[in-house]
Amino acid sequence: MSEGPKPAPENPDTPGSPKPEAASPGPQMKAAAPKPPSKAAAPGTPKPEAKAAPPPLPPDQAPPADLAVPAFVAAVQSGVAGAVEQVSYWVGDWTVIVAAGRFAEVCTFLRDTPGCQFDYLSDLTAVDWPARAGKRFDLVASLYSTRLRQRVRVKARLAEDEAVSSVTGIWPAANWLEREVYDMFGVRFTGHPDLRRLLMPSDWQGHPQRKDYPLEGPGELLMESPQDWLKARQAAAEADVK
Amino acid sequence: MHTDTPLPMFDTDELVINMGPQHPSTHGVLRLVLKLDGERVIDCDPVIGYLHRGIEKLSENRDYTQIILLTDRMDYVAAATNNLGYVQTIEKLYSLEVPRRARYIRTVLSELQRVASHLLWLGTHAADLGALTVLLFGLRERELVLDLFEEYCGARLTYNTMRIGGQPVDVPPGWDRKVLAFCDVQESKLPEYEQLLTGNRIFMERTKDIGVITAADAIGVGLCGPPLRASGVYRDVRKDEPYAAYDEMEFDVPLGVRGDTYDRYLVRLEEFRQSLRIIRQAVQGIPEGPIMGKAPRLIKPPAGETYHAIEAPKGELGYFVVSDGKSVSPYRFRVRPPSLCNLQALPQLVRGHLVADVVALIGTIDIVLGEVDR
Repeated sequence: MSEGPKPAPENPDTPGSPKPEAASPGPQMKAAAPKPPSKAAAPGTPKPEAKAAPPPLPPDQAPPADLAVPAFVAAVQSGVAGAVEQVSYWVGDWTVIVAAGRFAEVCTFLRDTPGCQFDYLSDLTAVDWPARAGKRFDLVASLYSTRLRQRVRVKARLAEDEAVSSVTGIWPAANWLEREVYDMFGVRFTGHPDLRRLLMPSDWQGHPQRKDYPLEGPGELLMESPQDWLKARQAAAEADVK
Repeated sequence: MHTDTPLPMFDTDELVINMGPQHPSTHGVLRLVLKLDGERVIDCDPVIGYLHRGIEKLSENRDYTQIILLTDRMDYVAAATNNLGYVQTIEKLYSLEVPRRARYIRTVLSELQRVASHLLWLGTHAADLGALTVLLFGLRERELVLDLFEEYCGARLTYNTMRIGGQPVDVPPGWDRKVLAFCDVQESKLPEYEQLLTGNRIFMERTKDIGVITAADAIGVGLCGPPLRASGVYRDVRKDEPYAAYDEMEFDVPLGVRGDTYDRYLVRLEEFRQSLRIIRQAVQGIPEGPIMGKAPRLIKPPAGETYHAIEAPKGELGYFVVSDGKSVSPYRFRVRPPSLCNLQALPQLVRGHLVADVVALIGTIDIVLGEVDR
């Protein structure tokens, strides 16, 4: 797997392989975007600091210009005026990025409008982007229509302490999925009937799927009180420096 | 729930009991907090997480190839379909073309896996209802499937048998004939199960009209797989969003009418026949050619995100993967486990039924706790 320091052999493959639906401009454009800062940083600073790559930001590629926007995306753009912030497309998946305050409104629209009829909530999850200023979390709902057999993703960007209205009233399936998001990311849902932790014990501290949650092996203290463990670890690190 | 009954000696208080986490019918570590009025269930609150290993978090710190064997450990009685869903998601993220031969082999493996998973379900479901013979029959045939898997990839439970871009090994010589022979054996055994259960009066009394859920409710609560189809919803990822070689296969999607436990049994039983039909077509039609596509040696998909779903034996198994384009591990790795979404419907199903029916209803939604908790 990791033989030699050359990731070169992968590069010739990458441009050749993406075939369907004009996906190729996407990766190159995206790959080009994060390069300038790292290049600018590399010559000026000593090596150890240059090693620390800038934390990633969400890809959210814009759809290629020659690709027609499907009817359900156009319907949301015109039907819920001003809610759609961005439309993104990648390898065949359409994503509608909406304002967090209107997430539930857009979901209701997508479920009830003829031509959309997204009656099935496949998945609801979150992504943590600590590097993004102001809006830390992405809340992602994957919808499916059992009548029209189409898929769309709805995404809302949330600040760390921002609550979002629950979609359990729209799809009862969201109940446990929202509980899991609350458990793993600490995102709060207003109007949820029963917002408890789902997988972790009820007295657990911290939210494990956050990127800043410690990954190291569980000692006794970590199991009992992760916050205290974190403090102890930081104190030890500071003492080490002195 | 105090009523003005003239007999004060009857205590009509609600009783809250724990069923599990160590209960033989929960097939793992599932705790149900049942609120009872006598023998009747008023409410049910499933408590899960006993088997939580943090596979999503682990995967965000492993490279793309190492994750394949983590997916084995989710639904550990259907490891091949877990592998398939994952590798296809990464292939989609890469827009990788998988050779036709590999897609056929994957189809055979995932249908064999469906047969094995349904056999285990059939046996344990029937055993929960008191029919122990069916468990022995089911495990007997499942052994044959495991032998086929062992011959193909060397493992019997956690196969780790797919790679991003294709298949790691070709089918051994003569394997296709053995698969066909297994299909004949399995086909001949199906009437035996039916003889024991389908017309069995005890089984029918325990399953008919138990846990009825309408099509609209089933869609709303996110049921997937056989339980959703038993409510009469035509939804099969293999048909709606074909993957592997399913677009070249001929098969039917069995649907139920009433949406009760008996229908869910009939649907799965018919799925045996359809799976065998697919296996026969696929194994006879395996084309010549390479088994591995042009996958790079270092898997590092371009920045982007995708959700990809397959029809696992338990239902819609989805993977949502975000790649940042710079790292060799996914930035976000999310599994949409069918068992979790089906288990969520359990309180709705058991309300108003007897405690003994809870056992039947846990069996009918066919959960594996390794997948529920991840």
